[in-house]
Amino acid sequence: MTCLVDLMRPSVGFAAVELLERAGCDVEVPLSQTCCGQPAYNSGDRAHAEAIARQVIEAFAGFDYVVAPSGSCAATIKHHYPQMFADDPDLTAKAEDLAARTFELVSFLTDVCGVTAVSSDYRGSVTYHDSCSGLREMGVQNQPRQLLASLDGVDLVEMEESDVCCGFGGTFCVKYPQISNKMVSEKAKRIESTGAELLLAGDLGCLMNMAGKLKRNGSAVQARHVAEVLANRLDDPAIAQPPSSAGQGEG
Amino acid sequence: MESTAHAFKDNVTTALHDANLQQALGKVRQGFIVKRREAADRLPEFEALRDQARDIKNHTLAHLDFYLEAYEKKVTEQGGQVHWAATAEEARDKIVDICRAADAKVVTKGKSMIAEEIALNAHLEEAGLDVVETDLGEYIIQLRHEPPSHIIAPAVHVTKKQVEADFRQYHADLPPERHLDEPWELVNEARQVLRQRYFQADVGITGANFLVAETGSSIIVTNEGNGDLTQILPKVHIVITSIEKVVPNLDDAMAILRVLARSATGQEFSTYTTLSTGPKRAEDLDGPEAYHVILLDNGRSGMLGGDFADMLRCIRCGACINHCPVYHAVGGHAYGWVYPGPMGSVLTPNLIGVEEAGHLPNASTFCGRCESVCPMRIPLPKMMRHWREREFERHLSPKAVRWGLSLWAFFARRPRLYGWATGMAMSLMAAVGRKNGFFERLPLAGGWTDHRAFPTPQGRTFRAQWAARQRQGEEPS
Repeated sequence: MTCLVDLMRPSVGFAAVELLERAGCDVEVPLSQTCCGQPAYNSGDRAHAEAIARQVIEAFAGFDYVVAPSGSCAATIKHHYPQMFADDPDLTAKAEDLAARTFELVSFLTDVCGVTAVSSDYRGSVTYHDSCSGLREMGVQNQPRQLLASLDGVDLVEMEESDVCCGFGGTFCVKYPQISNKMVSEKAKRIESTGAELLLAGDLGCLMNMAGKLKRNGSAVQARHVAEVLANRLDDPAIAQPPSSAGQGEG
Repeated sequence: MESTAHAFKDNVTTALHDANLQQALGKVRQGFIVKRREAADRLPEFEALRDQARDIKNHTLAHLDFYLEAYEKKVTEQGGQVHWAATAEEARDKIVDICRAADAKVVTKGKSMIAEEIALNAHLEEAGLDVVETDLGEYIIQLRHEPPSHIIAPAVHVTKKQVEADFRQYHADLPPERHLDEPWELVNEARQVLRQRYFQADVGITGANFLVAETGSSIIVTNEGNGDLTQILPKVHIVITSIEKVVPNLDDAMAILRVLARSATGQEFSTYTTLSTGPKRAEDLDGPEAYHVILLDNGRSGMLGGDFADMLRCIRCGACINHCPVYHAVGGHAYGWVYPGPMGSVLTPNLIGVEEAGHLPNASTFCGRCESVCPMRIPLPKMMRHWREREFERHLSPKAVRWGLSLWAFFARRPRLYGWATGMAMSLMAAVGRKNGFFERLPLAGGWTDHRAFPTPQGRTFRAQWAARQRQGEEPS
C-alpha cells in the first residue's frame, strides 16, 4: 500500500485488492508498513531511507509477491533497495529476494497473472499518462493500454509526449515549484488537446499534480488512477472533484 | 566562466519570463528527440553499440594512465607536443605562452566545451589577442557576449530574428537591404565574414571529441567544416582537450562515433569527422607548422574510482540535455555554468564544488529520460542522488527539508503511531475540504498551492478501513 494511496485515496487500494482477487490472488496488507522510504532516499537522507527499507523488508517477508499500485514505489523496492544495502551481504540478499517478488499492479496483472481483459462500466474517452518510474524502471507501457483496450466503453486517445514527466518528482514539486509548474502546465496542455474526458495514470503522486493543475486551470478533464477504471470502482469522486461529481462518466 | 549556479532559482525565474528563450526552447523539445529516435530505430545494433561504447570507455578509464602515456608518446613521435595541465589556470597560461611564442595576433577557434570550462576567450582577449569563434552557434553567442546554453547547440536559446538583429548590428559591411530571413541567408552572411578571418589567423584552436592512443590523433566532429579550416590554415594548431577523451585505437573511436551523432542530432555521422595527427609533414600540402595538445585534468582524475567515475564516459553528445524536461523548461543558462542539463548537474559539482552548484543535482524529478537515451549508459539520476546524499551529510540541504524529513521519518518508523496520526490528519482535512474536493490554499504547502489545487483526501485512510474490514470480516462500504 503506497503512502499516498493510504492517506489520500484509499479507493485506489481497494480497487487494487479487487483486481488482484479477481485474478485469483489472496491479498494481505501488512499494517506494519508505512511508506517505502523514497522521500528520504531521493533527498539524500540515507539513514532514514535505510531504516524504513528494513521495516519494509521485514513487513513483506514470506509473501509470494509484493504488488503496489504505483510504479515509483515498486521501483524503489525493486531497484533501489538492493543498491542501498550493497555493503551488507545479509541485507543485500534479503533486499534482492524482496526485489524479485515485487511488481507494479497493472503489469503484475498482465505479465504474472495472465489477465488479458477486465470489465468496467466506464463509458467515455480517456487518455493515459506514462509515469516515469513505471515506464522506465518497471517497463509499464503496453500493459495498461492492453487492459483498457479490453473495455468496450473506453476510447483511449493518446496524448503527445505521454512519456514526458509531469513535473511532480516527489519533493521536487515543492522545492522547485516554478519549474514543476512549467512542466505540469505543458502536460495539462497535452492532456486537454486530446479532448479526452478522463486522465488515467498508474501513480497517485503524478495524478494529484496533474489533477490539481487541471482543476486550477478550470479544466473539465477528470483524473483517476487506472486501477479505479479497471476495477470498475467509480463511485468515489474523481481526484480533486466534489462529491456531486460522483459517478460521472458512468454512462 | 563565473558561475551563477548558486543563484539557480533566480536564474529559473529569469528564464521562465524570457519570451525569446521560451520560443527557442520549443526547437529542442521537438527536433532532436524525433531525429534521435528515428536514427536509433534505423540501426538494429544500436543498443548493442551502446554497450560496446560503454565497455570501451570503462576499459580505457581503468587504464587511463597507460593510454594517456601511449597517446603522448605517439604525438611526440610525430613532432607534436603534449602539455599536461592540472588546472584551468595552467591550461590557459600554456595557451597564451604558445600564442605569444608564435607572435600571434588573430586566433580562430573551433567549438570546444573545454575552452568554455577554462574561460579561454576572456583570457586570450586579456592577453591582447583577437579571438574569432568559427562555429556558427559559437560565433553568434560571441557577438552577443553570452555563454553557450547547450553543449552541441550553443546558440539554441537564440531565435532567428535575434540572430538577424545581431548581424545587422555587428557586421559593418552588411547592406541594410540584404535579406536575412532564412537560415541559409544567415549562414551565408556569417560565412562571408568568417572566411576572411581564417586567412588572418596565426593560431587555430580546436577541441577534441576523441584522442586515439594508438595513432596520436585527435578527432573532431563538426557539421560546418569550420574545424578543418581552423586547424589547417594557421601556422599553429592547438588542441585543447581533457584526459578522459582518450580511447585505445581507431576501431574504438569509430564504435563510439557510431552512437555519437545518432544520439546528438540523429545523423548517422556528422558531416565532417576530422583526424589531426601532428604538424604538417614534408609531403603534406597543407597543415600547421606546430601542433600542441593541452591535456586538462581540472578535477577529473579525482573522479576516477569514485561515485562519479561513470561520468567520465560522457562523450558530450547532448542527448540527456535534449530529452530533459527541466532543461526544456528553463534552458541552459539557468544552470549557471558551462555544462547544463543532467550531465551538467552531475559534472558541475565535481568541477566547481557542490557548495556552489548544490541546486543542480536537486533540480531533477528523477524521471530517468536522460539515462534512457545516454549512449554511454551513464546512470545520471543515480549520481545526482549521490550528490544529494553528500549535501545531506554535510548539512548543505535546506533546514526545512531536513526537519520535515526527520518528523516524517519519526512517524513512518512507528506504524501504529503513524496510522493514528495520519488517520486524524486525513479525517480533519477531509472534513474541511470534502465539499469542494480540493483546497485552493494549504498552510505550509505554498509551493504546491501557488500553482495547483490540492486534492482533498477521501477521509478514512486505507489502513483504518482495512483494519476494520479485517476485524469485521466484511467489505467496507
